[in-house]
Amino acid sequence: MANQNVKIVTLVIDGKDVSAQQGQTIMQVAREAGIYIPYMCHVEGLSNIGACRLCLVEVQGQRRLLPACTTEVAEGMVVTTNNERLRKYRQMIVEMMFAERNHVCAVCVSNGHCELQRVAQKLGVTHVRMPYLHPKLPFDASHERFILDHDRCILCTRCVRVCDEIEGAHTWDVRGRGTESRVIIDLDQPWGTSESCTGCGKCVNVCPTGALAEKGRATAEMTKKRQFLPYLTIMREEDWA
Amino acid sequence: MTLEELLQRAAEEREKQAAFRHTIRVCVAAGCLSAGSDKVKAALQAEVEARGLKHTCQVKGVGCLGLCSVGPLIAVDDAYCRNVTPEDAGGIIDRLGDRPAERLYLSAEMPFFARQQKIVLENSGRIDPERIEDYIAADGYQALLYALHEMTPAEVIREVTESGLRGRGGAGYPTGLKWSTVAKADGGGQKYVICNADEGDPGAFMDRSVLESDPHRVIEGMAIAGYAVGANRGFIYVRAEYPLAIQRLRAAIRQAERAGLLGNEIGGTTFDFSIAVRLGAGAFVCGEETALMASIEGKRGQPRPRPPYPAESGLYGKPTLINNVETFANIAPIIRKGGAWFAAIGTEKSKGTKVFALAGDVQNTGLVEVPMGLTLRDVVFDIGGGIPNGGRFKAVQTGGPSGGCVPEQYLDMPVDYESLTKLGSIMGSGGMIVMADTACMVDVARYFMEFCMTESCGKCVPCRVGTAQMYGLLTRITKGLATAEDLQLLEDLCDMVRNTSLCGLGQSAPNPVSSTLRYFRDEYLAHIAGRTCPAGKCEMVADPEKEVA
Amino acid sequence: MPLDFAKPTPPSDDKRWKVVQATMRRNGNRHDALIETLHTVQESFGYLDDDALRYVAVALRVPLSRAYGVATFYHFFRLKPAGKHTCVICTGTACYIKGANQILDSIQQAYGVKPGETTADGQVSVLTARCLGACGLAAAVVYDGEVAGKQEAGAVLERLEKWVAP
Repeated sequence: MANQNVKIVTLVIDGKDVSAQQGQTIMQVAREAGIYIPYMCHVEGLSNIGACRLCLVEVQGQRRLLPACTTEVAEGMVVTTNNERLRKYRQMIVEMMFAERNHVCAVCVSNGHCELQRVAQKLGVTHVRMPYLHPKLPFDASHERFILDHDRCILCTRCVRVCDEIEGAHTWDVRGRGTESRVIIDLDQPWGTSESCTGCGKCVNVCPTGALAEKGRATAEMTKKRQFLPYLTIMREEDWA
Repeated sequence: MTLEELLQRAAEEREKQAAFRHTIRVCVAAGCLSAGSDKVKAALQAEVEARGLKHTCQVKGVGCLGLCSVGPLIAVDDAYCRNVTPEDAGGIIDRLGDRPAERLYLSAEMPFFARQQKIVLENSGRIDPERIEDYIAADGYQALLYALHEMTPAEVIREVTESGLRGRGGAGYPTGLKWSTVAKADGGGQKYVICNADEGDPGAFMDRSVLESDPHRVIEGMAIAGYAVGANRGFIYVRAEYPLAIQRLRAAIRQAERAGLLGNEIGGTTFDFSIAVRLGAGAFVCGEETALMASIEGKRGQPRPRPPYPAESGLYGKPTLINNVETFANIAPIIRKGGAWFAAIGTEKSKGTKVFALAGDVQNTGLVEVPMGLTLRDVVFDIGGGIPNGGRFKAVQTGGPSGGCVPEQYLDMPVDYESLTKLGSIMGSGGMIVMADTACMVDVARYFMEFCMTESCGKCVPCRVGTAQMYGLLTRITKGLATAEDLQLLEDLCDMVRNTSLCGLGQSAPNPVSSTLRYFRDEYLAHIAGRTCPAGKCEMVADPEKEVA
Repeated sequence: MPLDFAKPTPPSDDKRWKVVQATMRRNGNRHDALIETLHTVQESFGYLDDDALRYVAVALRVPLSRAYGVATFYHFFRLKPAGKHTCVICTGTACYIKGANQILDSIQQAYGVKPGETTADGQVSVLTARCLGACGLAAAVVYDGEVAGKQEAGAVLERLEKWVAP
């Protein structure tokens, strides 16, 4: 699988010397080295957009913080993935994710299996300092098997990308902008009426929270299955003809 | 058209114009047009016609004359007339050759006109923007043909580099450096030049005015850039809210194509260059270069992380040069007169001139072009004429929603990139809003934050949610509902949003808050601790206990 | 109605669709003509409805959700018909300083419409612009395309009264 001609670079992450293939991202290399960088919009197997900003790291010589998911490693790079400043920013970002919509873990189908919850725990977020924005958002249960609850959506757009990049349907997109942004189906219509949705459920399985879930799940019952993603990514890289 | 033919045409046109003993120039840019200057022009033309002066006096529509607050503005030979009505036409023609009536007369010696130095606006208000002949007569397209025939692309870039020109869109990146990066990039045969005319700062209309007054200048600058970096396709991304600018730009492109100054084998050389206009659709974030390119590609205008930079992977994944209108408008004069000439104007690090849209609580509002390094006091009080109705100066806001407010004690700072940045503001694209002491600085900060919140594209969390949170906090402050903890949270958010947002919009969104906190903290504290608005602008909620924030 | 990518047909036989088709053709019916085409639709019909979005999406082979996402990202595009008259309040900085917000507040109080909305009788759409470049005339208001300078709440309401049915 690995190309023999790939160039190897060495770099330092959190004081640790690591080697990597050129073209890999800081996120990938850190993970291989057992270094945890939090993330929310990133998911292995889909394109990276650098949007949630949780994976920002310090790179020596760079004025700005860089997202680990989109920044490729380079020879001699010195990366800091965790310090007080980064922890503070990450905590605030997670707080903002909670405060933007109406996240109530106690009644969520994903309680205990939620990536947002898990990241909050890992980062030591114990309370939200910011006022909740409390938008009034609809709930879509028109699909026979799935539900969409905007109150739990953090706009990571994993659903949009998996539907476009892996399933090839591009049923999902985002409408509006700013805090008015919302994930939509086709022409912003009820899921059950979609002409393009194949009902494959990939969006549900990549969704980090309880925003997309299977119908009939009770609180804390919804677990997501992701094995298909690396599998499909690899299978589609091969030329079977 | 060859260089000789161009010079020939310029000479012919100049001769034709010299045949008129008098020239009346009527501003037909958007500001004066909305005040009825088209009717003034028609009345003057009818008057000239009726008196049989058609061959001695020409009446022409021109671009912006600058002093928008007293439009319709016209120039009778070298004297200006303000607030002209169609009924004034007869009297104006009566006094041709004499000084116009006192009620109308504005001296060209007044500081507003005299202290300006025009490069970008050299033709604005002088030539008819709808006639390519007028532009050619004003040495137009000579720089392009000269560059194509007499200079290598590397020499063009060297000239631009030597001029010290920096991007006029806001950040001030050295233009020559940007050009040489794109020139070196390997595009596999395809590169692009984009002119960013998505002027979105509320209170800024420099680029619109240039496009309305002198569209060929921008086209020429882009073509020279195309030659220098090795691109043969250009796009101008212009706001749909500027219908007149779009119309004149499109007409100018057609004229240039017909004259062989755009299209294939320009000036008989092997250089091809075409320009297409693309319309923005009401999204401030599209001024950010990666968002702008997404928009040209027909997508939602959302920025993406850089690197890769557009110079390497831009429009359709190809190396792309993006400059704004004013930057391109400087190119032809630099090639014509040389980089050294340009570099002699301005300060050590900020060369040339800068166009500002002066507005707000100031006597003379309009468009001004001044050499870099003039002080803010010169601009506001000398050129701008100070605060009207005996008001007191409080601050001047530069850089729009990405900039900040500069207080009185720094009025003697020179206007250049570094000084404004040091003061916590930015040069920006050139909006300059003067505020008297009736303006509440917290309210101003809230205004800009509301702007950033509604213009946030929503892609990254810090900008999308952070601006909404900051807006909420500022609203609480202006209502007298905020606590000291709220102020602390506001400052923490400023720091976080600045350092973690994906693009320039979010990174600079805290600037209006930070700069007002820096210079007018007491006003914030008065709202919070004293529950009063020193400027008397904000209404405090009567009973905060009852208010559900 | 199923999507027919092979032979997209306009929602109606209205002649204005020819203009829309011409824009798409001029741009090679490529994806990246989406925004240009939406501009033409809005110029021709005044707004973008679901039928129009569906047709343009299919003709340019753009996913439906992408077309909707683009149309709602840009505030210049309207998804509902505008009122018979339009009243655009400039909210650029200079106009804000000179009281544009008070004008908007008074309109909302009098007619219950926020920026972007149309009065219940369909007579007047109230819109905002992010700077008309008429800063010298602040506060500026555009009534049916005609710019009026130095406006105040009272004068604006007086003007609107003539348009809105009693």
